[in-house]
Amino acid sequence: MNLTCVFRGETLSPLPSGALHWSAKDMLVVSDLHLGKSERMARRGGALLPPYDTTETLTRLSDDIQLTAPKTVLCLGDSFDDIWAANALDEEHLSTIATLQAGRRWLWIEGNHDPGPLDVGGTHLAEHREGPLTFRHIAFENCEAGEVSGHYHPKARVRSASRPCFLMDDRRLMLPAYGCYTGGLNWTTPELRRLFDDRATAFLTGRKVLAVPVPRAA
Amino acid sequence: MVLPTEFHSWFSSKGWSPHPHQLNVVDRAFEPSLLMIAPTGGGKTLSGFLPTLIELSSGDHQGLHTLYVSPLKALAADIKRNLGTPIADMRLPIRVEDRTGDTSATQKKRQRADPPHIVLTTPERIALLLTYEDAPRMFAGLSRVVVDEIHALAESKRGDQLMLCLAELQAMCPDLRRIGLSATVEDPDSIAHILAKHPDPCPILYADPGPKPDIAMLDTTELPPWSGGGGKYAIPRVLEEVKKHKTTLIFHNTRAQAEIFFHELWLANDEGLPIGIHHGSLARAQREKVEAAMVRGDLRAIVCTGTLDLGIDWGDVDLIIQIGAPKNVKRLVQRIGRANHTYNAPSKALVVPANRFEVVECAAALDAVNEADLDGEPRGRGPKDVLCQHILVRACRDPFEADEFFETVTTCGAFHDLEREEFDACLDMVATGGYALRAYDRWQRLKQRSDGLWELRDPRASQHIRMNLGTIQDTDTLKVRLKNRMGGKPLGEIEEGFAASLTPGDTFLIGGKVVRYEGLREMTVEVTRRAEKPPKIATFMGTKFATSTQLSSRILDMFQQDSWPQLPQHTADWLALQRRVSKLPSADRLLVESFPHDGRQHTCVYGFAGRNAMQTLGLLVTERMEKAGLAPLGFVSTDYAVLIWGLNSVPDPEPLFEGANLRDAFEQWLSGNAVMKRTFRASATIAGLLERNWGHQRRTGRQASFSSDILYDTLLKYDPDHLMLAITRDEAMKGLVDFGRIEEMLERTAGQVDHVILDRVTPLAAPLFLEPGRVPVMGEGRERLLEQETERLMSAAGLDQIPTEGRKSWRVPY
Repeated sequence: MNLTCVFRGETLSPLPSGALHWSAKDMLVVSDLHLGKSERMARRGGALLPPYDTTETLTRLSDDIQLTAPKTVLCLGDSFDDIWAANALDEEHLSTIATLQAGRRWLWIEGNHDPGPLDVGGTHLAEHREGPLTFRHIAFENCEAGEVSGHYHPKARVRSASRPCFLMDDRRLMLPAYGCYTGGLNWTTPELRRLFDDRATAFLTGRKVLAVPVPRAA
Repeated sequence: MVLPTEFHSWFSSKGWSPHPHQLNVVDRAFEPSLLMIAPTGGGKTLSGFLPTLIELSSGDHQGLHTLYVSPLKALAADIKRNLGTPIADMRLPIRVEDRTGDTSATQKKRQRADPPHIVLTTPERIALLLTYEDAPRMFAGLSRVVVDEIHALAESKRGDQLMLCLAELQAMCPDLRRIGLSATVEDPDSIAHILAKHPDPCPILYADPGPKPDIAMLDTTELPPWSGGGGKYAIPRVLEEVKKHKTTLIFHNTRAQAEIFFHELWLANDEGLPIGIHHGSLARAQREKVEAAMVRGDLRAIVCTGTLDLGIDWGDVDLIIQIGAPKNVKRLVQRIGRANHTYNAPSKALVVPANRFEVVECAAALDAVNEADLDGEPRGRGPKDVLCQHILVRACRDPFEADEFFETVTTCGAFHDLEREEFDACLDMVATGGYALRAYDRWQRLKQRSDGLWELRDPRASQHIRMNLGTIQDTDTLKVRLKNRMGGKPLGEIEEGFAASLTPGDTFLIGGKVVRYEGLREMTVEVTRRAEKPPKIATFMGTKFATSTQLSSRILDMFQQDSWPQLPQHTADWLALQRRVSKLPSADRLLVESFPHDGRQHTCVYGFAGRNAMQTLGLLVTERMEKAGLAPLGFVSTDYAVLIWGLNSVPDPEPLFEGANLRDAFEQWLSGNAVMKRTFRASATIAGLLERNWGHQRRTGRQASFSSDILYDTLLKYDPDHLMLAITRDEAMKGLVDFGRIEEMLERTAGQVDHVILDRVTPLAAPLFLEPGRVPVMGEGRERLLEQETERLMSAAGLDQIPTEGRKSWRVPY
């Protein structure tokens, strides 16, 4: 039922939720969870947003983990909205994370929001290599082939529907933001366009994953 | 109080004598509250100021004496000019200043330290002033408030906000007296109730309403088009009328229409008559230029929108032209009042239907005007989102006691029956977010101190709060500037969504000029005058008024006539044709037509419940159709009908309108609906639960802020009983959803559905095919189409499709 794509010779499945499943390696990849975002905004004196984003994001993640039963879960950075938020997670969320981590390898890649080690279990890494793929938070301008990154929260617009999306060309793959309160950057903005070549493909998240070519630069 | 001799002699030096209602106001100047109903041109504003001028004429008063509030900042500038005359002529020792968004920061600061005798301002500015710690000092000695055009304020949350502010001012200055000035309205008592400090009485004074207006439909040789709202066909005739009169105001219902019309008018203006344009999206300098030219009498016509609905005194206006159906009789009457400010001369007005259907609506509106039969919807209780915002305003100023503040709030007419629990729930939401999950104990917005007073947890938050003040939901707009070395002249604003649709080289209309889009720099749209392409049309949100209940029922009545001598032949023929091939809608039955067109099945429902309710009906009915497997794809609604298209035909529409469980279905449907989300965004922003201008870092290259829809969905899922959702439901019901009018429609048709099945489009349905504002139905049908589209794009792009193990796989070619 799910669509798969071939990237650097590896067969990967972008899931409708925005996670990436690499079945050959039994690995689930998610990016930009931004846990604790509402708390951070309140702390800074901003609006008091509904404080349910962390619960919602973790619920979606457990669903995906249940579905794919991965040996490894890799979080591609900005997993926490800031270091403070990571340390201020409440008991319930910490125990959810611990439950999810039980019996599997868990990798936290550092992001710009959550640089440095955290008080949460799992391995903290600046980046991670696995087979032909390199996982890092922010895409390098001149990256090696096989880079998998997040950070930009790419979003596509087709027939006036706007959906978070994966972006892929032959060198790199970018994941949409997985977190609940995360916005998106339009796939045609120059920042994203210059990272991908003219034959880039987008995979739209939603009810089911849909592949569509990224519109070429005007 | 009596009118002093020097005032009498001033009147006679102008060759006037005071109107009876002006003397009446002076006579009753002691009343704590006073409402005056007067037609435009009755010297209404001056009468509101007479008690102030008399009290200040002695020169004894120190500091602020009178606050004048109007819905428009343009009005403040105009009043300043008009007050200048008597003050200068009589050499009164009175300092008058305005305070609006156009006032400089230095002057605003100075006004707080050293307030003038009279401040002319808007409701938002008063709220802002009340956030400052020094407010009690600035308002010390305040004796009078004049609320101009209170009928316009009373229709919106701005009025509620203002009255909450007045309640606070009254608490600071117990002797404060209020005078409200209103145009003719259908229910003066309700306005008096809003104006007065509850439960004080508020006597109502009536000025002589003056002679009946001279109003007619503009006759044209050119036929009005089937659809659209431009009125372009009438331009030659409009120009003829402009030539015959001194000054003509040409009213439009939306800014976009005003822009297009103005552009077309110039193209046809062979004699180069001086004609200007005035609307709320134009840059301040542009508007001021037009206003000044009008005052000098340099302009023969002004194309305008609601911004000129209200009291600006333009002297020589002798003709009003309304382009497009007025939608509401009261507004038409108020607009007509803009002509002939000479008291006791009939106002002259012409109505130009923009399309064939509007001919019928205009005819109905003319009848109503002639019978002085005004319409209006009753105002409900004071909205809680505004109350929440006001709690923030209060907290910004200084620590406050909840009991005392609650007492103050209930002195507002609109909030007089506010329960203490309701108030406490609002206070709790402002302080903690009000969530079932008490997540923000450490980061509360307001905290209760040990002495019981409430204060901001973080005093720096007041800056956030000030930036988010106001009840007007402006859609996100971007400033437009001419691109040049000098920094560029500001031209006005366009909506962000429209700006996003532009690519360099595209052209659009602003201020009646075609400009070329060059690029976006620091949130400013840069344009040049090099326009070589026909313009795209700038879209301004503007308000889309729904045709009033009363006007709708007049139209339905008119349909029952055997023939239509009062309508132009072409329209009468059209109605007769509709009667022959199908039916004409009537008030006590619901007409539904079904026919195929262009490969899709169409169903047209003539509900006559006004634009907003018809939109809701469209959403509700398509929801039911989706459940019934009829695969609806979209719909479009107007004030009188909704046209739905889909993949399957509707064999029996009756179950779609079953009223018994429609309310339940409605409640269920409502929660997941786009209208709710839009209302949520508006109300939650007003209440301070969301911050305004989120999307604004967007083009600096960072990812956009997430949409408020996500917040709505999350709140609904985890905290369905949250106060903000209840507020949203209330607001949506009376606002965009307008469910009351659907219920009214179901009641009057009482389940009597006439289903007419035809093999082609009917005369009455045809114009709907040309209507803009189509709403897609996000259902199975559309998901199918989206999938087809992505597949088409993939194969068009030559990207290979390789099926593996029965699944689809996309390979990027190396």
